[in-house]
Amino acid sequence: MKYESQRVAWWFFATSMLLLTLQLVYGFIMGFAHMGLDGLHDVIPFHVARATHTNLLVVWLLCGFMGSAYYIVPEEVGRELFSVKLAWLQLISLVVVGVVAIVGFHFQWWEGRKFLEIPRPLDWLVVVNVLLFLFNIAKTMWKSPRITTTSCVLFFGLLMAALLYLPGMIPTDHQTLDSYWRWWVVHLWVEGVWELIMGGILAYLLIKLTGVDRELIEKWLYVIVGLTFLSGILGTGHHYYYIGTPRYWLLIGGLFGALEPLAFLGMAIYAIAMAKKGGRAHPNRNALAWTIGCSIMSFVGAGFLGFAHTLPQVNMYTHGTLVTAMHGHMAFWGAYAMLVLAIISYALPQLTGRKLHDTPLATFAFWASNIGMVAMTLAFAVAGVTQVVLERRVGMDFLTVQKELEVHFFGLILAATLFAAGIVAYLVQFVRYGMPKGDVIGDVDETSEVPAVSTAAEALS
Amino acid sequence: MLSKSAARRFFLGGTFVCFGAFVLLTLDTLRRIPAQTNQDAMTADVVRGKHLWDSSNCMGCHTLLGEGAYYAPELTRVYERRGPTFITAMLKDPAAMYPGQRRMQDYKFSDAQIADLVAFLQWIGTMDLNGFPAKPTLGQVAVVNSSTGETMAATADRPLVFNQLCIACHSLGGQGGMVGPALDGVGNRLTADYIKSWLRDPLSVKKDSKMPKLPLSEEIITELVAFLSKQTTASTPKEAGK
Repeated sequence: MKYESQRVAWWFFATSMLLLTLQLVYGFIMGFAHMGLDGLHDVIPFHVARATHTNLLVVWLLCGFMGSAYYIVPEEVGRELFSVKLAWLQLISLVVVGVVAIVGFHFQWWEGRKFLEIPRPLDWLVVVNVLLFLFNIAKTMWKSPRITTTSCVLFFGLLMAALLYLPGMIPTDHQTLDSYWRWWVVHLWVEGVWELIMGGILAYLLIKLTGVDRELIEKWLYVIVGLTFLSGILGTGHHYYYIGTPRYWLLIGGLFGALEPLAFLGMAIYAIAMAKKGGRAHPNRNALAWTIGCSIMSFVGAGFLGFAHTLPQVNMYTHGTLVTAMHGHMAFWGAYAMLVLAIISYALPQLTGRKLHDTPLATFAFWASNIGMVAMTLAFAVAGVTQVVLERRVGMDFLTVQKELEVHFFGLILAATLFAAGIVAYLVQFVRYGMPKGDVIGDVDETSEVPAVSTAAEALS
Repeated sequence: MLSKSAARRFFLGGTFVCFGAFVLLTLDTLRRIPAQTNQDAMTADVVRGKHLWDSSNCMGCHTLLGEGAYYAPELTRVYERRGPTFITAMLKDPAAMYPGQRRMQDYKFSDAQIADLVAFLQWIGTMDLNGFPAKPTLGQVAVVNSSTGETMAATADRPLVFNQLCIACHSLGGQGGMVGPALDGVGNRLTADYIKSWLRDPLSVKKDSKMPKLPLSEEIITELVAFLSKQTTASTPKEAGK
């Protein structure tokens, strides 16, 4: 840690971890309901659990992104944050809005629009909150001694994420228009500007963890975010096949949707290549595992499994089935959850001054959660494909098919238990690191405890 | 070799071109949506129904236009599949309609609200969705497509209300729901009078009946009794073994 103000990031990370824990609880509620065990129906009916589960995901990821920005930007631009107090104000207000929204869901105060269930008055508070955050980051970057590509990409991603929240608030009475604008938010977030945030954070982690030249990493960062937008913007069309929009979206969405995996493939090749090229052995191998893991799992989950049902001929049958849940779980896990867990794994030793990064528990957290998620995805895949065949192809009744699927949800819950064990291990690790009391070490490179290979070579010569 | 500034130009140029194209396509789409979605038929009832759909978070379990959660049935073509009688009965008392099955919240909707939701679902069913949802092609469909007159030979002679309501819980010829008993050979087992009083109010015939009293007119009951009394073919051995 180079700057005192970076400490505030820890509180964002801690909030993130709390919300993630809650998200898992609601996931289990839904898994059991799908299995036929809906004992909580009168207290937490499925649609409450569902809205809570997905919105917690969005909020903990955003909270993690904000923490990442508060951690990364001071180091990247070489100065303290503009205002730590503002960061605190912003965190507290985010938590208040989040808690009100989640409690509100349980009293069925919501908009009922998938992923954007937060009621309108709270939407405005979210906008104000994000503006405060962006103002704080922009002020920090403004007139700083240096502006790096990494920090610019990160900031641009966060700014666009805020702006793209607005189309979701366009009032309409029309179901098709409602969906149309909703995808401007949801799709252009996860397959657009969030990938910018992802690219920025990955670039920072790779620079720190591998020691590869910044110019090289940032050059490829441009290529990857370029590919993201080339495919991702018009790829929004794959949500416009069957919602009452013109037929040409089948062609446009199919073509550009099929290109979307390229950006994720690029991201994976880039992370692996940089890690191989890197001459520096950073002591935090666990953070490197999460970083590389993130790039690979995002390709499998978001890229490959997304491609599996992006073509209109396939999507005609898989649209609105559990196949979407299969893709969604691994995509969010690989691309964004692992990213936040990677930056936390990297930042914690610096923030707390404790070097616990390569404990067996940290290794267990990584493997258990990842293997658990792969198994969950497989369970969803089997359930999803079975549903498609029986309901969409054979024409069996919905509830009859759901009965057939119950056994697969038992499998899902077993897999989710392994996944949850990994996450609990990660949380225990987080708690063991303790409070953010690490020393500010100024401009000294924190990796210097292990000499960079180039320096060692120079010393030998 | 690619330089950093060339990479930046690729990023900025690509983004600009794609976003521009996306905005133009959006403008064109907005122009075409009214015709494609039968917007003229979007009455005040439909609009109220849509907002009720949102404020009740129906999408938290169901899918509509294929969007939502995957816990409850796709409702895009539900008006055609089940008809207004079934939808109204379901919304009035969800617990009664599928006894012992996956539960739906009882929203305690007023009759006016139910009418709005039915109007909304009816309007959704008239949209041109580029072929979605696809017709099941691998087996016999459980339900006759009434609007297009596209019928399967085995189901063509059935009353519409049978294909919309009864089939939701009962099966005939191996097609339909598994909630209630199969209706194959029901004409051998039950007399026409019994069926008639059963359809008027199942609970008056059998106190612990799980079948709810459905809002069926006398005319429809007569039609159903005639149809059910004709079902004298015993079920296939496989079905009977269940």
